[in-house]
Amino acid sequence: MIRLVKDDLRPPGDPPKRHLLSVAGLTRDDVERLLGTARTFETSLERHVKKLPTLKGHLIVNLFYESSTRTSSSFELAAKRLSADTLNVKSTGSSVDKGESLKDTALTLGAYDPDVIVIRHPQIGAPQFVARVTEAHVVNAGDGKHQHPTQALLDLYTLRKEVGELDGLHVAIVGDVLHSRVARSLLQAFALVGIRATLVGPPALLPRELPAETSTDIGAILDADVVYVLRMQNERMEAGANFVPSLREYTARWGITPERLRPGQKVMHPGPMNRGVEIDPRIADSPDSLITTQVRSGLVVRMAVLYDVLTGGPVGVQALAAAEVA
Amino acid sequence: MLWQKDRPGADLVIRGARVVDPVEGLDARIDVRIDGGTIADMAAKVDANEHRVVDADGLVLAPAFVDPHVHLRTPGREDEETVTSGTAAAAAGGYCAILAMPNTDPVVDSAATLGALAAAARQEAEVPVGFLAAITRGQRGEELTEMGELAEAGAVAFSDDGVPVSSAGLMRRALQYASSTERPLALHCEEPTLSRGGHVHEGRVAAELGFTGYPSVAESVMVARDLALAGYESGRVHVLHLSAAESVEALRRSREAGVAASGEATPHHLVLTDDAVRSLDPNVKMNPPLRAEADRQALLDAVRDGTIEAIATDHAPHAAHEKEVPFEAAPFGVTGLETAFAVLHTHLVQPGLLTLETLLERMSAGPARIFGLERPRVAKGAPANLVLLDLEREWTVGEQPFRSRSGNSWLLGSTLKGAVQMTVAGGVVAFE
Repeated sequence: MIRLVKDDLRPPGDPPKRHLLSVAGLTRDDVERLLGTARTFETSLERHVKKLPTLKGHLIVNLFYESSTRTSSSFELAAKRLSADTLNVKSTGSSVDKGESLKDTALTLGAYDPDVIVIRHPQIGAPQFVARVTEAHVVNAGDGKHQHPTQALLDLYTLRKEVGELDGLHVAIVGDVLHSRVARSLLQAFALVGIRATLVGPPALLPRELPAETSTDIGAILDADVVYVLRMQNERMEAGANFVPSLREYTARWGITPERLRPGQKVMHPGPMNRGVEIDPRIADSPDSLITTQVRSGLVVRMAVLYDVLTGGPVGVQALAAAEVA
Repeated sequence: MLWQKDRPGADLVIRGARVVDPVEGLDARIDVRIDGGTIADMAAKVDANEHRVVDADGLVLAPAFVDPHVHLRTPGREDEETVTSGTAAAAAGGYCAILAMPNTDPVVDSAATLGALAAAARQEAEVPVGFLAAITRGQRGEELTEMGELAEAGAVAFSDDGVPVSSAGLMRRALQYASSTERPLALHCEEPTLSRGGHVHEGRVAAELGFTGYPSVAESVMVARDLALAGYESGRVHVLHLSAAESVEALRRSREAGVAASGEATPHHLVLTDDAVRSLDPNVKMNPPLRAEADRQALLDAVRDGTIEAIATDHAPHAAHEKEVPFEAAPFGVTGLETAFAVLHTHLVQPGLLTLETLLERMSAGPARIFGLERPRVAKGAPANLVLLDLEREWTVGEQPFRSRSGNSWLLGSTLKGAVQMTVAGGVVAFE
């Protein structure tokens, strides 16, 4: 009841539309609020009944133009855990196959008045575009080589949970930085919370202009508290591109093996992994791997993001209040 | 050769304007009388002779502009631009002559296609328009076009604009053969193996946003190659849409060494940097891409010192639906005819970065000289090719509909200071 009164006291008129398009649009306070909300939701998931009524009656559209396991499943589950209705649209098997433009697909889905459109698209700026042409709140689930903001948030959540204090931490990001939206989002997120980043990889895959230290020597990872391994994107390694001479040579020089790590050094990977290419299976399956925690964090962080764009409040208390109603 | 719709020349008196013709050394408050499309009298006070009198008090009268780089999209994409709409846009921008690029569908690579365009221009063109023909058939970079016949049919120059001539050997043959036609080659300098997949200048912005970089060196190696070939073959070349400091430096050195080379810069490369791409607005996507501040400064220096003799719009209309897509999916190119003077006046002349005289020269006499066109001038006996400018008037781009069929302007919504009040082109009032 108190919540209703508070809602009624809001000033008239639409609040500014809240989107999550890029880490660049977040402040440190935003990050702290989101991580705090995620923590609240994680607690709620420890209950016997895991579903919260928080977003009941809301419609969340998941629009995926690229294949995805982790991101699409966790957004869908996040919406369901919050009792929202979900509509999943994939480019294959939809009118996109018939050549429908992104504008028309967005307008079509927008006609159902979705509260949130979660979009993954191979082109940079597609989420910004959808935000311009629809009324929905838009969450970027990965756009080309540009941004993957929820990945960066779940990685911060994982680091805080598993490693502790973020400020002053040193993370080495290893591999194909050039083609990695994860790396771009991470660098911005790290800057917000005071994590030092070192980029390590083959010269052609390390953009010179990014604001981070770089090294082509895999030995540079030894200085880091955590090693963040990027996927070698086979689809980017088309014949003739010559970013590296071969995957075999890449693995020999930059693959993450137990021999290249300090004992106890933590390892992260955004998935999907190419076992035996960028990461040795012994590392992937070792207790020092935080990969499963990353996936778990993905669910609660995405719950927090959906909640946050729709309510835009200082959320922890309201989320708990909603949980109590349940 | 230029073509224009046939109309009787204007009888007009323009009274009280500040008349500026930098090449003639003229800057005075005088009246100008036009009889039948020719400047008949210039004096402190001229007789009206019962002509229509335009009160130009407080306005500037100057030689009208020449745009050496326009895409009229005809034939093939008349939904984006036609000879009628493109020349109307040119008139509204103060131009008395424009040159259209041959990368149409079909490509202007035969006298027949050129002849059809000339016929259309004689019927439709609001301002005189000339056409470049392709260097290679279909702009495929494999075989030379019949440049002799094309020159006789009126081609002003040759260009594969839109794509580079990748083969150095073929470029050499083109330089050799074009010399017999006394027409310059206008060169789109891009090394495709370096620019492939690139949408944005390779630099901080592309790295942060994740765009595949289109590095400066993709342009400058080709500029250096073509200038070396031009020097070796004593050919005449004009480098289109310069964007990189290294390219400008190569052009400067070649000119000093006596190579017959010229260059042009666009308003967007003179005003914007790749920082503008952070908006992800498809209307700041062009080829070559917007580059860094140091590149912009180098272009501006070269416009000042005359290394760059021409300002060209590279007016590139695109259908609205083609630009209403994410940045990477959008085609390269922006419109420019209707905003070029105003944006350069606002962002370069007003802050004192470029003199009005230099701007007027680079937008008129400079390009005319490069392409062997008659120089627009304010002089007794000259054909009336005049633009009347209100340097004080502010206007917002897009408030009035464009005369171009396309609205892909990077200036939509911007307020500019300086407006074209009237254009007299080929002796005819083409815009007011």
